[in-house]
Amino acid sequence: MTDQRLSWDVVADLQLLLQFHFMQNALIAGTLVAIVAGAAGYFVVLRGQSFAAHMLSQVGFPGAAAGVLVHLSPVLGLIVFCVAAALGIGWMGRDLDAGRRAESAAVGSILAFSLGLGLLFFRLYAGSAQGIYGFLFGSILGISDRDVQLTLAVSVVSLLALGIIGRPLIFASVDPDVAEARGVAVRALAVAFLVVLAFAVAITVQIVGTLLIFALLVTPAAAALQLTARPGRGLVLSIALSLAFTWAGLSLAYFSDFPVGFFITTLAFGTYVAIRALKLIAVLWSGRSPAPALFSLGAG
Amino acid sequence: MPPGSSFSLNLLQDLHAILALDFMRNAFVAGGFIAFAAGLVGYFVVLRNQVFTTDVLGHAAFTGSLGGLLAGLNLLTGIFGSCIAVALAIGTLGGRGRGRDVATGTVFAWVLGVGVLFLSLYTTSLSAASGSVGVSVLFGSILSLQSFQVIVASVAGVVTTLVTVAIARPLLFMSVDPDVAVARGVPARALTALFMILVAVTVAEAVQAVGALLIFGLMVTPPAVAQNLSTRPWLGMLLSALIALAVVWAGLVLAFYISYPASFFITTIAFVAYLSSQLVRRAHKMRLVRAAFT
Repeated sequence: MTDQRLSWDVVADLQLLLQFHFMQNALIAGTLVAIVAGAAGYFVVLRGQSFAAHMLSQVGFPGAAAGVLVHLSPVLGLIVFCVAAALGIGWMGRDLDAGRRAESAAVGSILAFSLGLGLLFFRLYAGSAQGIYGFLFGSILGISDRDVQLTLAVSVVSLLALGIIGRPLIFASVDPDVAEARGVAVRALAVAFLVVLAFAVAITVQIVGTLLIFALLVTPAAAALQLTARPGRGLVLSIALSLAFTWAGLSLAYFSDFPVGFFITTLAFGTYVAIRALKLIAVLWSGRSPAPALFSLGAG
Repeated sequence: MPPGSSFSLNLLQDLHAILALDFMRNAFVAGGFIAFAAGLVGYFVVLRNQVFTTDVLGHAAFTGSLGGLLAGLNLLTGIFGSCIAVALAIGTLGGRGRGRDVATGTVFAWVLGVGVLFLSLYTTSLSAASGSVGVSVLFGSILSLQSFQVIVASVAGVVTTLVTVAIARPLLFMSVDPDVAVARGVPARALTALFMILVAVTVAEAVQAVGALLIFGLMVTPPAVAQNLSTRPWLGMLLSALIALAVVWAGLVLAFYISYPASFFITTIAFVAYLSSQLVRRAHKMRLVRAAFT
């Protein structure tokens, strides 16, 4: 948008920002995505499942391409592939562990295959380079009305599900053994959460793309967990950071003509580094070891 | 695919038709050297559980190559430079780049984000012809290698293979039992640094063949297949290198007859080989169990 100039008049800026339909769609979808990603991401970090999020998003790439290929929504393709992958991980019966040799080799093989498959689907569709970049790195263009409706439906379902399983999930994440002994269905909860995570990943890919999903799904929550160990506050903080990154990233991309993925990842990275640095300074300043709860939860 | 060249049952004639084309010859030669070295080095990558180091290096190659192009450097210089720099950084910082944990994930999402910025700067500053350079770095461009790239790939492939074979014994020792190896006088730090450089050079080569996002298909899947088929290290190394070679050549042949991306065929064949090897391993285990009970 080379003719759009940012000024000090905030109202005029907002009018500029909202004058095009594609940008309205991007902002609506982005807001929904940020809320779901911030909330789901909190549990991802709490449960140490950032690797699963990474894997789900890459498996989603051919899904997005397939959705475009069969003239349905890319979001629908993403949802189908991500949920299938989530059920696959759940069916395997244990958490993915990047540290184990055989498992990391298996996961690496699956990732290369699924990205290759995505490339094939794009070629079949004769998609442009810009189309591929959009799904890999996010885009502010090309979110259709139908995508927004799907995003809304998925967000409502995900947030409802999180609302229902949230409390036992925190219990099961922090201390699975005690939770199980107290009659919490730990395994069923784990699978249910993976499916919610798949939904969250599927809609988040629209904004930041397959490869940069960490910036909205993991980093805000990791930053929030650095600041507070209390679940309620942490969740709100995680959602707030995710929203801030998304709105700022979309606006900067709109006014500057640079890719949205660059802005959102840079904001996320900068915030995370700043918070870690501030905490370090605070610890050095007070000259004593920090409260154990902060570090055991926020260990990055 | 050129007109008039459809698959026949006369394999010799088919091969002749394929190799009559300049770009196919380039792809076969360069792809062969790259694949052999990638399979061999990849064997140690999987053995030493450093799979995600190659992922990190691939990300760095994407950003580094586009940054290099922006700075007016050659694509190869950017790829090699960024891979070796990051590999040495990982080696000296002592981080294994293993776990996809929160901090490394955040850093590397950002590195890719900067890569996207470079990509957008590069494609808007130059003509429209440069629009697909990002796609070829991400997904490889084995069918459009220049002849100097073939020479570089061949030399790099031979050198990495020779060096890997030369340090294979102490490297195996150190990978399997690091404490005993150090106690027995294996120079662990020097060996690790040398191995990281080998990995960096191999990733930089593999990025040109299958692309930054698909290097797992050459450096992780073939070694995983080999380790499913054999637990003997030397046989495993050879198998890994040969499987990578076979996968690339078979992918090229398929891409010649069916005009879909070569990278897709290479990763798919590798994945099918991996699934088959899992079945073979399971069957072997079942046989052992049955033999033990009869």
